[in-house]
Amino acid sequence: MLLDLLEIFLTAGFWAATIRIACPLILGTIGELICERAGVLNLGIEGIMTAGAMSGWMWVYLGGDLWTGLMFAAIIGATFGLLHSIFTVHLGLSQHVTGIGITMLASALSFFIFRMMLPESTTPPKITAFQPVNIPGLSDMPFLGEAIFSHTPMTYMIFAIVPLVIYVLYKTPVGLALRMAGENPMALEAQGMNVLSIRTGAVMVGSAFMAVGGAYLTMSAFDAFFFGMINGRGWICVALVIFASWRPGKALLGALLFAGLDAMQVRAQQFAGNFIPYQFFLMTPYVLSIAAMVVMARQARYPKALLSPFRKGERT
Amino acid sequence: MRLEPRETVSPWMVIFAPVMAIVVALVITSGLILWTGESIIEAYLALLKGAFGSRFALTETLTRATPLLLTGLAAAVAFRARFWNIGAEGQLYCGALAATYFGTGLITLPPFMMIPFLFMVGALAGGLALLLPVYLKSKLKVDEVVTTLLLNFVILLFVNYLLEGPWRDPMSMGWPQAAPIIDEGVLPRIMEKSRLHLGLIVGVISAVAVWFVMRFTIWGYEIRAVGNNPSAATFAGISINKTVLRVALISGGLAGFAGVTEVAGLKGYLTLDLSPGFGYAGIAVAMLANLHPLGVIMSALFLAGIYVGADSMSRAVNIPNYIADVLVAISVLAVLVSIMLTQFRIRFR
Repeated sequence: MLLDLLEIFLTAGFWAATIRIACPLILGTIGELICERAGVLNLGIEGIMTAGAMSGWMWVYLGGDLWTGLMFAAIIGATFGLLHSIFTVHLGLSQHVTGIGITMLASALSFFIFRMMLPESTTPPKITAFQPVNIPGLSDMPFLGEAIFSHTPMTYMIFAIVPLVIYVLYKTPVGLALRMAGENPMALEAQGMNVLSIRTGAVMVGSAFMAVGGAYLTMSAFDAFFFGMINGRGWICVALVIFASWRPGKALLGALLFAGLDAMQVRAQQFAGNFIPYQFFLMTPYVLSIAAMVVMARQARYPKALLSPFRKGERT
Repeated sequence: MRLEPRETVSPWMVIFAPVMAIVVALVITSGLILWTGESIIEAYLALLKGAFGSRFALTETLTRATPLLLTGLAAAVAFRARFWNIGAEGQLYCGALAATYFGTGLITLPPFMMIPFLFMVGALAGGLALLLPVYLKSKLKVDEVVTTLLLNFVILLFVNYLLEGPWRDPMSMGWPQAAPIIDEGVLPRIMEKSRLHLGLIVGVISAVAVWFVMRFTIWGYEIRAVGNNPSAATFAGISINKTVLRVALISGGLAGFAGVTEVAGLKGYLTLDLSPGFGYAGIAVAMLANLHPLGVIMSALFLAGIYVGADSMSRAVNIPNYIADVLVAISVLAVLVSIMLTQFRIRFR
């Protein structure tokens, strides 16, 4: 039993699967993190990921190109982000309730549009998704080649995005302003900057990331869209942000760790499936997310202004 | 653009605001209907007819409103105390699990005791499902939104396991469903030739009871105080943790009720499709009612009408019934804005 578990780590397929499972989570978590660092909780994530998965897929299905499809998904995500920020940033409505409303709206619209475009499809139609590319030299390496260097271009892009986000967040004036909007909006205002615009921008960019994360599922991991595809991944991302203590580097590690456990769960079913019902394996991602929040709760460093709307000239 | 608090809020505005919001939602949604190429008036008429146009339609709408009323109350009570319980879906299934466990032959009582007993265990199970999120929130400040949401998935998978494994009814021809509730526990029909059952009355009584508790008792006062201003409530000697626990047990209990009405009233046995998202729709019900327990009765009826009406509309004209979910989601957002506008006015400088 224990040997079986250890053996999993020695297969390249396990590491490749870990990376594949991690990708949508990485983008979702980074997206949520950007929103929250600017002081806005975005519970629209589950719906925005659904919308991204549907719209990117639909773009390609209707004859578009894969990369412009990703752009399209990002624009759709940013649009829902704009909607969320009009309600929460500009009108100061409850971020919890608005987020749930955005999730409802984005998923309902996605399902409606999908049904409208494809009225009768019992088997979901397929597109030609991103294909794995072999990097000359690297992909031929034993083990590592299969585990790390034979993924789709979108996968490599996601891993390149994270250091970029870290750089922007910590080393540029834009990143500083964004973090200030989440920690001390009054100080930002005193610097002569517009808190509302910065928060709006952050939520739009963050939501675009979420949507592209959703699109990874329909355009790289699979090649079809089906209902219930996101299946709580958005909520898991919200938990991962807490686990990562609002730091993008830790978010990447958290998503990878989480995906590794998920990939292991799938493989463990093969030898433990006889005496443990499969439903308990399927529970693990959700249980792990709760556990992750519990473990990190004591060290959690919330952005100070998270959840509090900013009104100009108002003293807190 | 600037928001300016209103000095006085007229009661008319408070009642008028959700109505206006729903009108706005209908107008926005008609844009989608236009895209489908069907006539807007025809589509909405088909929806209205499907929801309230005949005796059958009306009883179906009331039957659908029953669980929505209870999950709506569950959300309304919790949100009043700013306890964001998004887990009514899971708590509903916990109530259904308890009703199935005790109601399929383990205990046999005469109906006048059996039915209250099932509701009691259902409420208890629903409340217990919230203990972990409440504990994590009070002790570790873990956000209850995420824990309750994630628990929904866990609970649903657990139900799936029971229905495919130990609880599967051998008489069900292989379908994943549990044994039927014994006759003593089945909620009586309250109208002939319809599926309308006692659950509706339980729901309405619950709404009145919740309203009474919230409006006239110390508990209700404490719950509202914690929701409106936690630091002032602490200052006044109200224990926040205790109040949140109380709210959670009431909220989970109401969602558990909904599970009991569906298992013992509508279906007669536990299945995996017992609830097509009643727990999530309950959030919309509560928001549309501005968290007012009596308003929940109206908004549950409204939402049930939309869902039932959209099903029959999609058969009559060529519009997917997901339009109902779109309409509900837009209504929720519109109501949020309209209620804010009763408290603030927008000033452009």
